[in-house]
Amino acid sequence: MANGTALHCARSGFVLRQPVRWLLAGVLALVFALLLAPAPARALEAAPAADNPELEARMVDITSELRCLVCQNQTIADSHADLAADLRRQVREMLEAGKSRQEIIDYMTARYGDFVLYRPPFKATTALLWLAPALMALGGMLALVLVLRRRSRMADDQFDPDDAEEADLAADKPTY
Amino acid sequence: MKKHLRFLIPLALLLVLVLFLGAGLQLDPREVPSPLIGKAAPGFALTRLDQPGTTVRRDDLLGKVWMLNVWASWCVACREEHPLLVAFSRDKLLPIYGLNYKDQRADGMQWLSRFGNPYDVSLFDSDGRVGIDFGVYGVPETFIIDKQGVVRFKQIGPVTPEVIRDKIEPLVRQLNG
Amino acid sequence: MTLLPEIGHFSLWLALGVALVLSTLPMLGAAYGRTDWMALARPAAASLFALVLLAFGCLVASFLRDDFSVLYIASNSNSALPFQYKIAGVWGGHEGSLLLWVQMLCVWMVAVALFSRHLPQALLARILAVMGMISVGFLLFMLLTSNPFDRLFPTPPDGNDLNPLLQDPGMVSHPPMLYMGYVGFSVAFAFAIAALIGGTLDATWARWTRPWTTVAWMFLTIGIALGSAWAYYELGWGGWWFWDPVENASLMPWLVGTALIHSLAVTEKRGSFKSWTVLLAILAFSFSLLGTFLVRSGVLSSVHAFATDPRRGLFILVFLTVVIGASFALYAWRAPTVGLGARFALISRETTLLANNVLFLVAAGAVMLGTLYPLLLDALGLGKISVGPPYFDSVFMPLMAPTLFLMGVGPLARWKQAQVPDLARRLQWAAGCTVIAALLTGWLAGEIHVVATCGLLMAFWVFGSVGTDFWERVRPQGKGLAEVWRRFRQIPVALLGMMLAHVGVGVFCIGVVMVKTYEVERDVKMRVGESTTVRGYTFTFQGTRDLEGPNYSATRGTVAVARDTHAVTVLYPEKRIYRVQQNPMTNASINAGLTRDLYVSMGEPVDNDAWIIRVYVKPFVDWIWGGCLIMALGGLLAVLDRRYRRNKEVKA
Repeated sequence: MANGTALHCARSGFVLRQPVRWLLAGVLALVFALLLAPAPARALEAAPAADNPELEARMVDITSELRCLVCQNQTIADSHADLAADLRRQVREMLEAGKSRQEIIDYMTARYGDFVLYRPPFKATTALLWLAPALMALGGMLALVLVLRRRSRMADDQFDPDDAEEADLAADKPTY
Repeated sequence: MKKHLRFLIPLALLLVLVLFLGAGLQLDPREVPSPLIGKAAPGFALTRLDQPGTTVRRDDLLGKVWMLNVWASWCVACREEHPLLVAFSRDKLLPIYGLNYKDQRADGMQWLSRFGNPYDVSLFDSDGRVGIDFGVYGVPETFIIDKQGVVRFKQIGPVTPEVIRDKIEPLVRQLNG
Repeated sequence: MTLLPEIGHFSLWLALGVALVLSTLPMLGAAYGRTDWMALARPAAASLFALVLLAFGCLVASFLRDDFSVLYIASNSNSALPFQYKIAGVWGGHEGSLLLWVQMLCVWMVAVALFSRHLPQALLARILAVMGMISVGFLLFMLLTSNPFDRLFPTPPDGNDLNPLLQDPGMVSHPPMLYMGYVGFSVAFAFAIAALIGGTLDATWARWTRPWTTVAWMFLTIGIALGSAWAYYELGWGGWWFWDPVENASLMPWLVGTALIHSLAVTEKRGSFKSWTVLLAILAFSFSLLGTFLVRSGVLSSVHAFATDPRRGLFILVFLTVVIGASFALYAWRAPTVGLGARFALISRETTLLANNVLFLVAAGAVMLGTLYPLLLDALGLGKISVGPPYFDSVFMPLMAPTLFLMGVGPLARWKQAQVPDLARRLQWAAGCTVIAALLTGWLAGEIHVVATCGLLMAFWVFGSVGTDFWERVRPQGKGLAEVWRRFRQIPVALLGMMLAHVGVGVFCIGVVMVKTYEVERDVKMRVGESTTVRGYTFTFQGTRDLEGPNYSATRGTVAVARDTHAVTVLYPEKRIYRVQQNPMTNASINAGLTRDLYVSMGEPVDNDAWIIRVYVKPFVDWIWGGCLIMALGGLLAVLDRRYRRNKEVKA
């Protein structure tokens, strides 16, 4: 322990300061650890449903973007249909065989077409779909700015006379 | 005048939309077209339904135009099309192979003996993997495959007399040369 | 067998007659100044309401009496069906839900007729006439293609039962609320058409239209929230929004309706952008009609869609083309003559509200594009695709971010002319607190996540802005607490409503972000006595037992939940089989909490003594619907303002 000799020589009210401090720190650390630590695993811990939870998570990640063709309004991850269960099994096997996400998606589209993908692929026919929202937003804002600019250049007589009092406008007083 | 034209945009957009919606009324949003048309039929090696020891492979069927009909003993709609297939098979226009999909051998055999057997051979796909390779998502489905082993036609749902008359027969004649 | 269905049917024919009178005479009266014809509007609306109510009552009564000689009742009910679901079954299928639609339209009509003493007679006549025209369309639709009173011979001994998924309190409340909102936009629509016809489009028109629009918007908000909450606890896999075509069909009018409310604020306050507001009013109801088409025509595949018939689809399509087409034509004719209103600068509150409009409309457009794109490609023969949540999420969220940013800036911007440096100065505290709060929340939740932090930033930004706005208004400036109270009472109630609604949006945003980022799901195989711990909560499986419900058989599991050794709750997930249709249903069990939901559902039995059980801890998920409720309350406050003032004037 550092400064051990100094303590021996000090002989003030704080005899054995350093060892006590370390002991206190140790106790506090133990208390905090116990408070913050997760509840200890009970003897009867349930096993994960899947044999390989990590693989299963990857399978769910991929199949939750695939459309179930039988019910058509659920993902393959969620559907109870037989075909969905078969396809989940298929994806699991492909992941175990080391196939990549893209290879699995290609496998699905080779058999069922683009219809099976909930995320439409970016191609010539879907370019409009993917680009339109951004274009509309930019276009809309541009149109707004242009219209306002044009109005700011117009003469005052083109507008209605402004009766509202500045103070009322500032206070947001309702207009009745 | 130009200013007034701007106000007609909503009406113009509406008319375009209505045209598409009207077209949409003729379509079936649930039908999934097959991406296999024009491509090689997937390879398979399956046992015969009646002879578990004998295997039939895709390549065994090269050189002839043939029909693959996906069916199952638990499939209600299959009973609808089955008499049609039995009658069609008597014309011997082309060999008809059955794909017994996700079924039990005994159930499948019993169903055929009860309702008639239009198939030259029925193949047994117990776990449905070959079905998946063919993009099967419901039963019944029917494929026409040409001499080079390329898929030429897929019927989703039961075949009807109109489908046989207007689509299958002309196609088979054309493929046979 | 009774004649109730025949009485109901006849009542609908009579209603059609009254609706035809309502659509024509008051409108002509307004055109030619004939007060006697205009005066027919109110009584005609009242009679229409009474006749439709009679028909509706006959259908309800027939359901309750188990009259299976009526085809619709035989298809949607069963003698063992619990009482409240027999009533909900009235709107469980296409025909009955149409009757509900018309009923709601009549409710709104009567409300307009009652609360319109201040409206000029010509305007009121035109408004009610337009609503009458809409009711003609829907009544014809019902009578010609979708009669709920069609008989079935021979009478079956019992009915087919209501779809088990619909046998839920959600079914009792969600459709009526939703339809009140959906149909409610017809009032704003009618106001717009009436104003265009009569040429009386001004700020006063906006003031009259505003409360009707806000109330409709309120109902639609609650209706959509109820639908989402219902899906969450009913469907058993914990999702709450699927971007399903029918869900989108209700979201699109909501987005346009929100734009409309904000646009009406500009038009009322400053008389500006009148023609734009009118267009929005037409557009909002147009989306309601489009939604009706999408849900009932079969052009889109959806889990919610009603059983369809191409004939019905065609009727609605023709109807909506006529209604919306005529409206847009009227707009193209009359709107160019409408004045520009008062002037305002490029940087002003008016501009922020209009920017809000642009963003909400783009959002509605994006949702519409995604929903209809598969149809578009298929119609052009370009193949079949699917557009699902991955598309909508990636397109919608980025649009909402600037919207939320503006929500923080707009209320503080001055009308007519605002200064950016002034705004920046006033909002600096909000900005600072926002960053700290967002980071702190992420850290407390477990990890700081980029996308989540962006969402949280937006939510806290809104809170900060509302707080700043509120503080600026009540700041006592050295005069003590009494001054705070005095200044608080001076804030117009409508403004408090706005602040509350915006707070609701922030709350909603937090709910969405937290649940999407920090929710934990675990699938386990459980034998009796086994447990699993998720985020500090220990779930212990205590076995199952079989039980019989009124119209189903179930296996009920028991899962005890504890946290740090003290018990939190016991959950009872079920697997049910409804006897009539023999469909299996998974019923999740949920323990709802302010900061998290504990969600348990049962999978399949395995290994002859274990069950697959799915356990979720979903942080802040109830803030999603809580936020919607707060938004709706804000709307309610905003509407109450006007009533209060008007009564005061009357007393004085």
